[in-house]
Amino acid sequence: MSAIFSILIFPGILFISVAALFAEFLDRRIYARLQNRFGPPWFQPFADFVKLLGKEEVVPKDANAVMFKAMPIFAFASSVCAFLYMPLYRQNSLFPFNGDVIVVLYLLTVPTLAFFIGGWYSTSLYSRIGSVRSLMQLFSYEVPLFIGILSAAVLADTWSLSQLTVFYGEHNWFWLFNLIGFAVCLIALLAKLEKVPFDIPEAETEIVAGSFTEYSGRHFAMLRLTLDVELVVGSSFLAAVFLPFGYSFGPIIGFAIFLLKVLFIIFLLSVARTVVARLRIDQMVNFCWRFLVPLAFIQLLLNLIIKGVIVR
Amino acid sequence: MADPRKFKIPIGPQHPALKEPESFSVALKGEKIKGLDIRLGYNHRGIEKACEGKTFIQDVYLLERICGICSHSHSTCFVQAVEEIAGLAVPRRALYIRTLVAELERVHSHYLWLGVAGHEIGFDTLLMYTWRDREAIMDVLALLTGNRVNYGINCLGGVRRDIDATQIKEVIKAIDELEERTKYYIEVATQEVTIIERLSGVGILSHEDALRLGAVGPTGRASGVNRDVRRDDAYAAYAELKFDVITDDHCDVYGRTLVRVKELLQSFSIIRQVLKNLPDGPIAVRAPRKIPAGEAFNRYEAPRGEDVHYVKANGTEFPERVKVRAPTLANIRSVKQMLKDRYLADMPIVIAAIDPCFSCTDRLISVKHDNKEKEVMEWQALRSYSIDWYSKRGVDFTELNKKLEEKFKHK
Repeated sequence: MSAIFSILIFPGILFISVAALFAEFLDRRIYARLQNRFGPPWFQPFADFVKLLGKEEVVPKDANAVMFKAMPIFAFASSVCAFLYMPLYRQNSLFPFNGDVIVVLYLLTVPTLAFFIGGWYSTSLYSRIGSVRSLMQLFSYEVPLFIGILSAAVLADTWSLSQLTVFYGEHNWFWLFNLIGFAVCLIALLAKLEKVPFDIPEAETEIVAGSFTEYSGRHFAMLRLTLDVELVVGSSFLAAVFLPFGYSFGPIIGFAIFLLKVLFIIFLLSVARTVVARLRIDQMVNFCWRFLVPLAFIQLLLNLIIKGVIVR
Repeated sequence: MADPRKFKIPIGPQHPALKEPESFSVALKGEKIKGLDIRLGYNHRGIEKACEGKTFIQDVYLLERICGICSHSHSTCFVQAVEEIAGLAVPRRALYIRTLVAELERVHSHYLWLGVAGHEIGFDTLLMYTWRDREAIMDVLALLTGNRVNYGINCLGGVRRDIDATQIKEVIKAIDELEERTKYYIEVATQEVTIIERLSGVGILSHEDALRLGAVGPTGRASGVNRDVRRDDAYAAYAELKFDVITDDHCDVYGRTLVRVKELLQSFSIIRQVLKNLPDGPIAVRAPRKIPAGEAFNRYEAPRGEDVHYVKANGTEFPERVKVRAPTLANIRSVKQMLKDRYLADMPIVIAAIDPCFSCTDRLISVKHDNKEKEVMEWQALRSYSIDWYSKRGVDFTELNKKLEEKFKHK
């Protein structure tokens, strides 16, 4: 019973969906306020979602209907799955095991691949260009993201998210060593979420909506929800790895602190996308490999040295 | 498709990047543009023909509706041509008021462009900020003329409305505020890294190409073409005002941005001079209803470049012929040159950088059959073509036409 509860209600599908829609509201509101607009009311994402559920669904004639319809569900399922491994209100997550850091990273990669396949099979030219771009982008930001996250894990000498939080709980100020990695991963997360300046795969003034061009109705609602879930999961993942403190005050305060950390990261992401213009795909690849990857490696090197000098 | 890496994607006639219907067929190889096919003609409204059926006075207001942004440009250009034929001496105060509205229009048009450019490179914050600031100008225009876009300030022989001291104060207040903001945008445009990355080196139009393709306005001036009708063929009050013609040698979209934002500062200075030196006197002279036979050709520096009107009068109250060439028609040819071997991602901003106004440009409709060469159709042929087209699909207008004809007979 308790397993079903945690999968379906908390922290599973229901909680994460509501949290994701609320995160979308926050993101849009902050974005709007920074742009001197009023922004949407709090129920706007919920209303959009319900509206999309009721809309007619059109599958392109040449599209592979099975793949076209399966991909949104695939993407949604894997991003929700990743949330089950987050340490929400205590240092242990629900189903901790050694190696869940890697599993979460891969579960977060699956939606991007699903977008690629869904866009590719919808046979529209805009979708195809968008799909290829999102894959190209994946190859650029995935490496710094992985190295950034793993260098934090290297310092803690574990592949388990729970062990990682325990380690940083014992060594109180060690998370300050990971600030470079945090910055790198924040930028990579922006790219993963396909937000400005990295919204190249769905650049609306060039290729309409990229991979999502042909989607409508329920499946489009699912895709949008997936992106929102990714926003929450990505932010909580960064919060768990790079801001691993505040679990010692019991479950309720711990959960509140965790939420605050997630909100802080969402705020950072919103500010970042307010102040810049969209890059071109070649500039994006260039930027990732020329700046983010070396920075991530510096972080890794730093952590190896710290591990050798201070920990042992 | 022979080569799977080569394909053609349609940008338009309906597309989020375009604010007006327009078709660009882009041949792509990967992300690179290998060929571009531009088609105009989705928004033909038959304005030139409509002008012939209306009086000169009505035409002033009809031609103002060619463009929703540079409406004053078209009406002034037409009015100046007609005044030349009729030999009217327009009072100086009227000329100054025309200049004032013209410069305010330039400011609002350039602000609009800055926002659109921001949106095309995915920088929506710039769009929101500039369009917010643009409201100040729109309010001032509404205060001076009664309307936000189609001002209707011109009439044959002068202007329709006078301005008073309180309005002058309001204008100066708005100008002061906007000048501060403009300086801030110049700072943003010259310092923000992602903007520079996206704009510089994009859409290059060399000086020679700009001359060869006849680029006008900021598009030409950003390629070092030192031409401005306001100075070269001064109309209205420009001969008595001091201003610089901004040119730039970047030859790219970045240069066009710089030219536009610097022109804003010039416009503010012109507006200040106009308000300071505003002469006293009447604001209009009486124009005859029937314009004597003759023809005139008038040039006008619209925010987008040189606007050209040709008017032929035959001694009645209706013009014999009105010909309009909007600045976009002169600039659209250079787009193909600018996009040679560029990335698809550059396309929206390069198109936007000429500040296109496609609906203003459409002067002619040409029918493109699937297999045949394209042909130009006369009015009668077009009419019978449409009647045929509809009757083939079971829609018959003959009854309706008869009724309409009868109705007009009674009158």
